[in-house]
Amino acid sequence: MTERAAAVPLADRGYLTERGFRAWATTLDHKRIGVMYLFTTLFFFLVGGLFAIVIRLKLMTPGPGFISDHTYNVFFTIHGALMIFIFVIPAIPSSLGNFFIPLLIGARDVAFPRLNLFSYWLFVAGICVVFGSLLNPMDTGWTFYAPYSTRTAAAVTVLAFGLFMTGMSTILTGLNFVVTIHKLRAPGMTWYRMPLFIWAMYATSIINVLATPVIGITFLLLAAERLFGIGFFDPAKGGDPLLFQHFFWFYSHPVVYVMILPAMGIISEVIPVFARKPIFGYKAIAYSALAIAFISFLVWGHHMFVSGMSTVAGVIFSFLTFFVAVPTGIKIFNWIATLYKGSIHLDSPMLYALTFIFHFIIGGLTGMFLGALGTDVHVHDTYFLVGHFHYTIMGGTIMGLFAGLHYWFPKMTGRLLDELRAKLAWLFIIVGFNVTFFPMFILGYLGMPRRYAEYPPRFQTLHIVSTVGSWVLTIGIAIMFLNFLRCMRKGQPAPANPWRALTLEWQTASPPATDNFETIPTVTTWPYGYGKKGDAGE
Amino acid sequence: MSSRPPEPSLAPAGAPEKARLGIWTFLATEVLLFGGLFTAYTVFRIAHPAQFHSDYLQLNRLFGALNTVVLICSSLSVAIGIAAIRQGKERALQRCLIITLLLAAAFLGIKYLEWSDHFAHGIYPRTSIFFALYYTMTGLHALHVMAGMGALTTMLVLARRGKFSAEYSTPVEITGIYWHFVDLVWIYLFPLLYLIG
Amino acid sequence: MPALTFLHGEASRSAGEVDGAFIFIAAICIFFFLLTQGFLIYFALRYRRKKGEPDVETPYITDNHTLETVWVIVPSLLLLAIFAYGYVVFIDLKSPLAHATEIAVTAQQWQWSFTYPDGRTVVGELRLPVGRPVKLTMTSRDVIHGFFIPAYRQKQDVLPGRYTYLWLEPDRVGSYDIFCSQYCGTGHSLMRATLVVMPAAAYAQWVEQQEAKARQAKAGTEPLAEKGEELMEQSGCLGCHTVDGTPKVGPTLKGLYGKSVPLSTGQSVTADDDYIRESIVDPNAKIVKGFPPIMPTFRGKLSADDIRAIIAYLKTLH
Repeated sequence: MTERAAAVPLADRGYLTERGFRAWATTLDHKRIGVMYLFTTLFFFLVGGLFAIVIRLKLMTPGPGFISDHTYNVFFTIHGALMIFIFVIPAIPSSLGNFFIPLLIGARDVAFPRLNLFSYWLFVAGICVVFGSLLNPMDTGWTFYAPYSTRTAAAVTVLAFGLFMTGMSTILTGLNFVVTIHKLRAPGMTWYRMPLFIWAMYATSIINVLATPVIGITFLLLAAERLFGIGFFDPAKGGDPLLFQHFFWFYSHPVVYVMILPAMGIISEVIPVFARKPIFGYKAIAYSALAIAFISFLVWGHHMFVSGMSTVAGVIFSFLTFFVAVPTGIKIFNWIATLYKGSIHLDSPMLYALTFIFHFIIGGLTGMFLGALGTDVHVHDTYFLVGHFHYTIMGGTIMGLFAGLHYWFPKMTGRLLDELRAKLAWLFIIVGFNVTFFPMFILGYLGMPRRYAEYPPRFQTLHIVSTVGSWVLTIGIAIMFLNFLRCMRKGQPAPANPWRALTLEWQTASPPATDNFETIPTVTTWPYGYGKKGDAGE
Repeated sequence: MSSRPPEPSLAPAGAPEKARLGIWTFLATEVLLFGGLFTAYTVFRIAHPAQFHSDYLQLNRLFGALNTVVLICSSLSVAIGIAAIRQGKERALQRCLIITLLLAAAFLGIKYLEWSDHFAHGIYPRTSIFFALYYTMTGLHALHVMAGMGALTTMLVLARRGKFSAEYSTPVEITGIYWHFVDLVWIYLFPLLYLIG
Repeated sequence: MPALTFLHGEASRSAGEVDGAFIFIAAICIFFFLLTQGFLIYFALRYRRKKGEPDVETPYITDNHTLETVWVIVPSLLLLAIFAYGYVVFIDLKSPLAHATEIAVTAQQWQWSFTYPDGRTVVGELRLPVGRPVKLTMTSRDVIHGFFIPAYRQKQDVLPGRYTYLWLEPDRVGSYDIFCSQYCGTGHSLMRATLVVMPAAAYAQWVEQQEAKARQAKAGTEPLAEKGEELMEQSGCLGCHTVDGTPKVGPTLKGLYGKSVPLSTGQSVTADDDYIRESIVDPNAKIVKGFPPIMPTFRGKLSADDIRAIIAYLKTLH
């Protein structure tokens, strides 16, 4: 497939035909908006990654390093805040969701195209405000726990307003998707004929719409506290620091499912296509997404077992937490069952999808230690926790995003990716990722607290292992991104349906025309009829 | 790009339903936004009952009650306006929108008098948790009133240009639903802050 | 590579319990890890199609109620068991121990101080006799901190404006790390203290010594340098500075007096009485090259006489 010649001209550039800044900046086309989101979020993924590399370099030595402790604190805060609020939360929903929800349900666009464009520019404006706060950079950690965040000299108020704006943009996008999925499905597309990615995005959007306003009001209260000297969260003024934590996690726990559900949706799309088998337990996967969304609102307190919250509350939250494991487990079992007796093609999207499952099993199982009260007391706020969420978010969500990018690259760009380079990148990423983050479980069990700029020398060996792993991971990411950039311009023209998939986005041109379909298709069957029952691809 | 005839699903007939679902979803987020404040109110009220009682006595119930009446009337006039445009009465709609805007302005005017009276007595957000909540809640509500006035003004301009008719009144209805929500929030705020100290 | 501690005896009662729960959950997790990953990798390789091979016909399986019921019910029961075990251990960690000695813990940016029942306060070091239960009553002076003893598998956030509690029962003599586990600003990672567990007899002797010293100090009969040493121990200076020549969080104090000190600004300054006084009351005015500016001020905590005594003690460190 490698073609070292000049760019191969595409016969039809579809929605990419119009060029120039204005054509992009004022577009109402969900696909272009999705592409803009994709470039924006991936850019900040790379920026956040650079901070991570510096953090790992600093941690190679236990004592004072080449950056001061304060700078280290600023760096891990920026890494966390950028990665969470500006990359992971919008990464899949706003980019791939925007691009593919209308295509997958057979619509011409989202329900409110203007609102869609507005939420993109609101997102960009929010990022600008967040970067304005870097004049006096934040050193609070991405969790902004009061009272430290109400007392620090850093520009927390500015940051809070910036994140309020990006949150608002997330709400509007979620609202748009809810209405789109309800009202714009193609004729014949019943709820049970929707692709599982749509179910996942529906659950995600519900969480976004209902949880994000709570972090909005929390940021407003934090800003009011700093501006007017109020004491909502500062005990010195009659406030309650635990109230902040409750508010914060009431949003931030559901939001980890905002991060993971879309990735699970992508996996549910990729696995059946590359295993040439119908997805196992379609309804179970669909309803488990909704179940996860629902339960996610009831478990926020498991972040606070040692916070000073009452023992009774801790017990209740721990009990509810284990309910999340059931639907999550169902999904994993279903994906593995889908592979059984399949005809499996290990192309790059499938490799990333399998990697997602591999990492997410580890991430999920280590969650047991954090969800159980007795063991959480020990591993909470240590590197065990850092390992756990990197396995779920980086090893899960981001692998899901990569699977989606490799799967849909031909559809988005009209060109094929270089498979060899994609697989090489995958090899570096899976090795680098595990070498970086697995030692953290051991570190955490041995008692290495998180957010430590300096640490007792006895932890150094494992930190060095982890840092070396981060270099391997970086090489993998670099290969992957260079491959994307190269194939965007020079890849082989892609056919309409390179993977022989059955969902609607593959039944139209690559790249799709501005209005997606020649005529809106009429749906007569569910999208996972692979195998012997009249597989369109065979 | 050849342009095709619009799909049946995109015809104007489908728009109100879409828009209505959109606005209700948006109001759900608003409920959660204010819900955070109501939660804070509950927590602090349980924590400092005596302070809440002594502080609430300093609020002016007359202003509060007057504002409640003003807002309920404004909701009523929006509802009359929507009923009017459904029958195609454009002039009646314009009149109702103007009345609503005037009432909203009256609400903010009374709020201004009330707040400046507090400031004159040295009551600021940092005075106590109760007043911090009082200012935050009524302030956030006032911001919503202003946003609503912006939307109503837009509707008035569009109505004067003759955009609305018996067949097409979606934006007015959406604005109306939002305005009723703003009203409803006040219906909760008024007793919580002014009546049950 | 440090070995996992549960392989050679437990430091405290809580450590044994938490490790028990940990091993129980780990056993379940390893079983499911092998089961799921095993099937995942086995299926992916077993049913793999090489490039160019024609697809085989795959069975049209869309669900299997028996299988699905099993893999909902069995994990659910195991999850309940995990919850129950975690719950039992947690309740036990939180239960008061009878006849516990009460020690007050005060956290502030960025040091721990411990007040014993007889009123003595020591910074950065908690000494306990082995085998005797202790209740820590903790509060913070500024932001939220977290009191964490990894060897005891015990952790509890320390909040301003309220008290939180921990019950400890040391089982083994030794010295253990105390970390701050809740991010609290620049010096967070240096907010460490030491837990020293001593045999009962040695502990009693130590208490005796301390009280005698306190009596001497009250009477004003001890030599100035000894008083200085005393003050340094109580104020927590030795949490960050050593007197044996090795740098810790801060520079060592050995041989400091009269030496030329390189500063972060590139200049250098001679460590005379005035410089030492300034370093104690306004620590961040002159920062020694290579060290973080995180020392708290002791203005108002150490009197002029105290500082004179400390300088006298520093002169003896050569």
